[in-house]
Formats: sequence, structure tokens, C-alpha cells
Amino acid sequence: MAQFIARLWQLLTRRVDSFLFGVALSIAGVGLITLFSASDQSVARLSNQAASLAFALALMWIVANISPQTIARAAVPLYALGVVLLAGVALWGVSVNGSRRWLNLGFGRFQPSELMKIALPLMLAWYFQKFEGRIGWKDFTLAAVLIAVPVYLIKRQPDLGTALLIGASGFYVLYLAGLSWKVMIGLVAAASAAAPFVWQHLHDYQRERILTFIDPTRDPLGAGYHSSQASIALGSGGVVGKGWLNGTQTHLDFLPERHTDFIFAVFGEEFGLIGTLVLLVLYMLLIGRGMMITANASTMFARLIAGAVTLMFFTYAFVNMGMVSGVLPVVGVPLPLVSYGGTALISLFIGLGILMSVQAHRKLVST
Amino acid sequence: MARRLFLSSGRGRADAGTLGSPELRNPERELHLFKRRLSLAGVLVVLALVGLFGRFFYLQVVRHTHYQTLAETNRIAIVPIIPNRGVIRDRNGLVLAQSYSAYTLEIQPSRVKNLDETVDALAEIVEIQPRDRRRFKKLMDESKNFETLPLRTRLTDVEVARFAVNRYRFPGVEIKARLFRQYPFGEVASHVVGYIGRINDRDLVRIDEWGESANYKGSDYIGKVGIELSYERELHGTTGVEEVEVDAGGRAVRTLSRAAPTSGNDLTLSLDIKLQEVAEAAFGARRGALVAIDPTNGEVLALVSKPGFDPNLFVDGIDSANWELLNESPDKPLLNRPLRGAYPPGSAIKPFLALSALSSGKRTPAQAISDPGYFQLPGAAHRFNDDKPGGHGMVDMYRSIVVSCDTYYYVLASETDIDDTYRFLSQLGFGRKTGIDIEGELAGVLPSREWKRHRFSGKEYREEHRKWYLGDSISAGIGQGYNAFTPIQLAQAIATIANDGTSYQPHLVKTVRGAGSATVREIEPQQAHALALNPEHLAVIKKALAGVNLEGTGASAFLKAAYTSGGKTGTAQVYSMKGEKYSASRVDERLRDHAWFIAFAPIENPRIALAVLVENGGFGAQAAAPIARQVLDYYVAGVRKTGPAPAVTVPDNEDQSD
Repeated sequence: MAQFIARLWQLLTRRVDSFLFGVALSIAGVGLITLFSASDQSVARLSNQAASLAFALALMWIVANISPQTIARAAVPLYALGVVLLAGVALWGVSVNGSRRWLNLGFGRFQPSELMKIALPLMLAWYFQKFEGRIGWKDFTLAAVLIAVPVYLIKRQPDLGTALLIGASGFYVLYLAGLSWKVMIGLVAAASAAAPFVWQHLHDYQRERILTFIDPTRDPLGAGYHSSQASIALGSGGVVGKGWLNGTQTHLDFLPERHTDFIFAVFGEEFGLIGTLVLLVLYMLLIGRGMMITANASTMFARLIAGAVTLMFFTYAFVNMGMVSGVLPVVGVPLPLVSYGGTALISLFIGLGILMSVQAHRKLVST
Repeated sequence: MARRLFLSSGRGRADAGTLGSPELRNPERELHLFKRRLSLAGVLVVLALVGLFGRFFYLQVVRHTHYQTLAETNRIAIVPIIPNRGVIRDRNGLVLAQSYSAYTLEIQPSRVKNLDETVDALAEIVEIQPRDRRRFKKLMDESKNFETLPLRTRLTDVEVARFAVNRYRFPGVEIKARLFRQYPFGEVASHVVGYIGRINDRDLVRIDEWGESANYKGSDYIGKVGIELSYERELHGTTGVEEVEVDAGGRAVRTLSRAAPTSGNDLTLSLDIKLQEVAEAAFGARRGALVAIDPTNGEVLALVSKPGFDPNLFVDGIDSANWELLNESPDKPLLNRPLRGAYPPGSAIKPFLALSALSSGKRTPAQAISDPGYFQLPGAAHRFNDDKPGGHGMVDMYRSIVVSCDTYYYVLASETDIDDTYRFLSQLGFGRKTGIDIEGELAGVLPSREWKRHRFSGKEYREEHRKWYLGDSISAGIGQGYNAFTPIQLAQAIATIANDGTSYQPHLVKTVRGAGSATVREIEPQQAHALALNPEHLAVIKKALAGVNLEGTGASAFLKAAYTSGGKTGTAQVYSMKGEKYSASRVDERLRDHAWFIAFAPIENPRIALAVLVENGGFGAQAAAPIARQVLDYYVAGVRKTGPAPAVTVPDNEDQSD
């Protein structure tokens, strides 16, 4: 019996990186505690999120047990599926608050852009591995097209924030694959040149957000409302915070989107600078471990995908916390592992599963 | 096992990836480059997170006091902005119901220490009547906490100015602009337009069922009766939201954001309010109902229920004295008679029974009977009397309608199965709701064997009560007995005849116009029934109806009419004088007969069909026909007579059978 349990334990934990897992679970725990407060102690919402978490953990375990080579084989079909679904959203998507982001699957809604968050870096990593050693500017051009297609489809949903983030995930692969600095600088220059053109194509609310970010005094009480309320929440939290369930900003309904994009403001208000520091450290540990796994990865594919996943974690966390604390414009990005929402949780844990797979399988194929 | 599986399945690709590449250049160099880039990214990550920490430190430590103050004084109120309720107009664009904005003096009781003192002090600045105080008390009992409640409505500009000067003395008291409903025509068409009233618990359930709870946040009023009720969801509009920053005193300091409300849709009715006025005036002080329909499309042109009420009384809460007056009056001014009053049709049913007999082949137009002045069932002693002692002599179908001969219909009824009659009349809409677009309509009673069995199915009845007797058929044959129809059913039935068998569901709303936009939704006429009637039969009936107004029971009322018309009188017994001749003077006023008149005009190309009922009015020819004449004169010939229609005297040689 004891042997069986030991065997089962071994089976469950063999591919799971305990350090990464422990940190991720801690962050998710912080998320559940904060969510309980943010949702005015709604047990229903909490158990909903806990169920999503359990499901996401199961998926993480499965992915961790699949070798990177097998994962690589799924890259092309997943990417193709993602593009088809995004096109489907454009044609038959469900509109919520004026954006078409969801596909109705009968049993629930599904946001194909979430799939793309994993599928795009997978696709690029697969591509660079396939042509490893003879990568030229043509390959980078093709890669740019592979990035541009989903980014365009998501941008016109419209979901500019997610489009930019998915574009970034693609860019990370290019960067790690060795895209020359000249090209990168050239791209930045081109982007600056294209800015006025892009400006023309932005929606009013998107322009408003950018203008408000550049000059917060422009409309401090209109479009800047979210941002200023979040700053008040964070700032009034002080060093030790107002205490769990005691945030006035949160509970007097001043904070918008407080379970989702602005949950960090709730956390900062109730747990203060000590809390935000702990969370920052947790993220840093998670990202640091991801980078270690990336550095030790044995194949080109594994390196690229692990690096991209790690940098995406960083990007989401940074953009969200930057937005809540008023140093970045308000874009709809959830705080990884903390914000309410099942789909995001699932794609994040799948990302962690990939990292664990890379880590667990590094010796099997080492040369 | 698993390990080997992964190994064997993974090897091929691993080889292809790391070793199989033919142009392997310098893996060490590439790895080196990769690690350099990764390290660079790592440095950037650390810098970014440290930067974030710096920002948190700035917000949570350096500026903490500042933000703490902001959080404490942060009082942002989310204020719903109530949309403008849609305007109701008549078919010619005259306004029947509209909203206007007026200042109210409002108190938030939770913020006032001594309410009575405050109200007394306010009374020195603005006029506050005992009625206002009573209403405010009532509102306070009904209200939820933290609501602001109106103490005085419709302040004058002078009063607003006087309060503004003294505002500092009254924390928790403020002037607000609220929307009020106004009904310019007052009592005219009050049952059609209806009124709005404060939202009560039952209304809240309704709103919840619509899934509109959010949209009614801040709304105080909802349609209670008439168009205001049945078109509530068109009229209400979409509530806007305003975020305002409020100071320590709870007063709005500035607006932060505003989502404008969308006004409710405007309605244009098919009702002609001028015609309605003429019709209501024609009733004078009499009680009753009138329904006028355009037979070609079912548009309701006038819908009278007398007496009416002034809907303006309900707008800011009716006071109890007025409510008792309306609710407890024996004249039942709140009863919507054309829809909810069910009356025996009397002789007004005869043209429809004649049409039924023609259609079934029971009678030809020329077939005549000899009327001795009464009808006796074979083997029975009871005599069913005609109203004319001595009878009408030889009576064919035309004369049976023109002189309203009862005996002709007694005989017809004795030969006709009640269920056949039921089937034909129900096709004309009798005993069924017409489906008019305001609420509360009754179906009335069109008797049949099944109906009687069902009606007397209770334990207190025996089998002999449930059985259908030939005597029941005879009474029903002249529109008495169990028959009970609403005036709108009679109007619908005569409109069907006027329009040669095709009828439309009566409706009051013609168009719905989106607020501020040019989008106009026409309400299409809904066909109610299309009877396949023989045109020859229809011609016989129409000729007889025309004969009524030319030489029959309606002739006195329609003397020298400038247009052609068809009509039929009816007198419905309320009280049966056993064996005696009915004598109005000897019967209590409320037990007197109801007077009916149904009509349409012009004969050739009918534009209007109507039914008039005068409660306890006596003879249809005397009391109801003149009202119909006055209405048709105005609508068809443009002759406007105001004031009550005179009761015409029916010449003695004309029978008063109706």
C-alpha cells in the first residue's frame, strides 16, 4: 500500500517542478484571498475560480508530462486552429460590451485570443527549430507574417491590449532566436513612423486612454477615473494596508473592474506596501525560475518556447501592475494567476506546464 | 515504461532538431548569443520590477497621506438620470400625454435631525400645505432608506430663488428637477391614455421579470392604466448614469462622467381626440361607452367610457379624498366600460342572427312570418311578448331588422340549434377578446351548451341547471338571456359587416417613433378574421341596416342626415318586469334598460363603425342613437355639435321595441 502511494506520488510529481509549482500556487492563493474580498465575500465567485484553478492544475500536469518534441508537433495545428477560430470570431462571434471576442460553444464562451497566447510562440519556436542553423532574413519575414495575422484579427475585435501582448510574445521568440539589433531598431523606427497612421485607426476610447495616459490632467475625472481611483486605493493602503476585507475604495464601489483587471488595487489597498512587495518577489521568483529553465533547455525549440512563456509572464504582470499604479495606460490585461477568469488561468498554467516539460525532459535529449 | 515511450517517440524529432540540420554552423556561438540575450532580458525584468516597486513605494509611502485624505473624502455618487417618457399623441398630432420638468423640494430624511422642525422652517420659505405634509409622511413610510423624497412639487421660480438663498440652513434638503406627466385633455380619453403612478411592489416584480431592474433604477413612476400601462416599455426609455463627486454635505460638486439617457419612444394613436371630445360631450351626464373603429384597418377612432376621471390627479400621488370619490362612486368612473363592461346586446344582435340564418340556409330574405304580437312554444302556456302589442303583421327579414320584430327572432331561435348560433357568432368575435392593445379586456359571454354546463358545474347546481333548454335559446334569440358582450365586441362585429366580412384586430397605437430619431415603426393592421360571406347575404343585411336609419327605429335620430348610414337599435333588459309592461317611470333608475346603438357610415364605403351603449338609458332609439348621430355627423360630415345629444322622441306609431 505504502509502495503504491509512493509510486502514485512519484507519478504525480515526477515532471512537476516543485519550485515553480510552489511559487505559482502561492500567487494563485493570493489571488483567491483577494478575490474573496473584491467580490464582497462571494463564495460562489470564489468556488468558481477555485474550480477553474483545479482544472488548470490538471492541464498543467498533463502538459508537463508531454515531451517538448511532442508539444512541438502540436504547434502548427494549434496555430492554424487559433487563426481559424479568430476568423470565426470575426464572423460569428458573440459581442460583449461592443467587442467581439468570444465564440459561443454551446456550453460556454471561449476566447480564441487566449489560445493564441500559447499557439503563436509555439508556432514560431517550432519554425525556428525546423530551420535552425540556416535562418535568414526570409525566415524572419515569414515569422513577421505569422505574428501579424493573429495580431490583426485580435486588434479588430477590437482588443488592442491583447493584440499588442500577443505581438510581444511573438517578438520575444524573434529576439531570442537572434533577430539582429539592426532589424529591431529598424522596426522601432518603422513603428514610430507608422504611429500617425495607426492613430487614425484607433477607436475613440483607445485614443482617449492613450491621451489620458500621456496627460492625466487632460480628463482626470472622465477617462482617467479608473486610473485615479486605483492610485487612491494603492496609496491609501500605506505600508501595512487597511487589512483584509477592509478596503474602503473596494467596498464603497469606487474601484471599477475590481475582480478582474484592477484586482491588484484591491490587494494593494488591503495589504499595503508589504503585500505588494511580497507579490513582486513571488513574480520575480517565478520569472527567475523560468529563466533558469530556459537557460538549461536542451533544444532550440525548448529554449525559445520556455523563454517566450517566461517573458510573457513578466509582461502580463508588469503591464497590469503598471496600469493599476498609473505608470502605463489602461489596457485590458489581467494580473497573471490573480485576476478572476478561468480561461486566463488555464492558459497560464498550460504555459507553466510547458516550462515544467522543458525542465523535466532536458536530459533525455541532451547531446 | 512511460520514460521509454517518451524516449522512442521523441528521438526522431530531437535528432532532426539538434543533429539532423545539414548546415549546422556554430551551435556554441548560437547558444552563447542566446544566453546573452536571455541575460539582457533578465536584467531588464529586474529593472522593471524594481521600478514598479519604486512606484509602489512612492504611492504607498511618500504620497500615502495625500491618498489617504483622498480616500476619506472620496464620495462619488452614481446618480441615475431618468429618461424623458415618450409623448402620446392623437392621430392628428395633438398631445395627449407629455412630460415636463419642474422643480421639487426634496428631503433626505436620513440626513435631517429633526424632520418636523425642518419642515416647519421650510414652510416659512415656501408654501407647504397640510396635504403636502400628509403625502410626505406616506412616502416616508413606503420609502427605502437614503432616498430623497419630494415634499413640495412644482415650485415657482420665486420659491426656488427664496430657498436657494436659505439653502445653507437646511442640510439634507435640496431643490431637484423632476419630470412630471401631464395630460392636457384631462378627463377626455382618460381610459385610453391611462396614467402613471409610483412604482409599487407588484410593479417591481414585473420589472424584474422583464429583466429591466437596472433600467428602472431611479425611476419613480410606471404606467398603471391604459396606453401608459400597456406600452410602458416603449414609453419608458433607457436610464442614463452620471457619476458625481459629492462634498462632505452630500451635495454634488461636479460631474465626473455622464452616460446620457435615451428618451422613451413617442406614440401616435389612431384615436381622433376631437372626435373623442364630440363623443364624450354627446353623452352629457349619462353613463356608458362608445367605440368607433375604422372598419378598413381596425384603427380605434374613439373609445369612450363615461364617466371618466382626471388622470392628472394621479400624477403626483392621488390624495385619499379624491381616491375615495373615484373608487367608491356608484357610477364607477374607474371602470373601463367599453372593454370591461359586459352587457346583454338586446336587439342589436339581430342583424348578426339574421346573417347567420342566411348563411346556414335557415332563412331566405323573402321568407316571412305573420306576427301576432307574441310567440308561444308548442305545448307551453308562457308567451314571449313582442314589444308591439298586436304584432307587426307580415314580417320578412328586411322588416324584422328595420322594425326590430322580436317574434321573427323567437321563431328563428326555436328552429336553430344554439351551438350553430354559437359557432357563427364566435366567428364574428362575440364572446372573445378582440385583442385591443390596452389591458383589462373581458371576453364576455356567448352562450353554448358547453358554456352552460361549465358555468353551472359547481356543486351547488344540479343537472337541471346545467341542461340547455329551448327557452334559453328563445331568450338568446333576441339578445337577452345569458348573452353579455362588451361594447368593443359589438363595434368589432358591426365593423366586420361594414367591411364585408374582413375585420382587423382593434388597435389604438398607430406608430411608434424612436426618440430623437426618424425611425418610425408603423403598427400594421392585424387581420382578426376573414369570413367567407355571400355578398348577396351581406347586401341584404346592409340594406336592412340602412333601412333602420331611413324608415325604422333609427329614423328619428337620423332625420335629414347628410350621408348614408346603417344602424341598429338595441335595448337590453336589466330587470325583468314579470308579466307587466315595462315602464321606465316605475323602475329605479339603475334598473332601467341599457340603450344600444350600432352603426356604420357611409353605406357605400364605410369609414367608421361604432357601438354606443348608454347604461340605464332606456330605449336604444331614444338614448343611444342620437349620440351615434352626433359622432357620425362630426366624423363623416364634419358637423361639430358639442354638448349632450338630445333624447329624440320616438313617434307613437313607431314601435319602441328596442
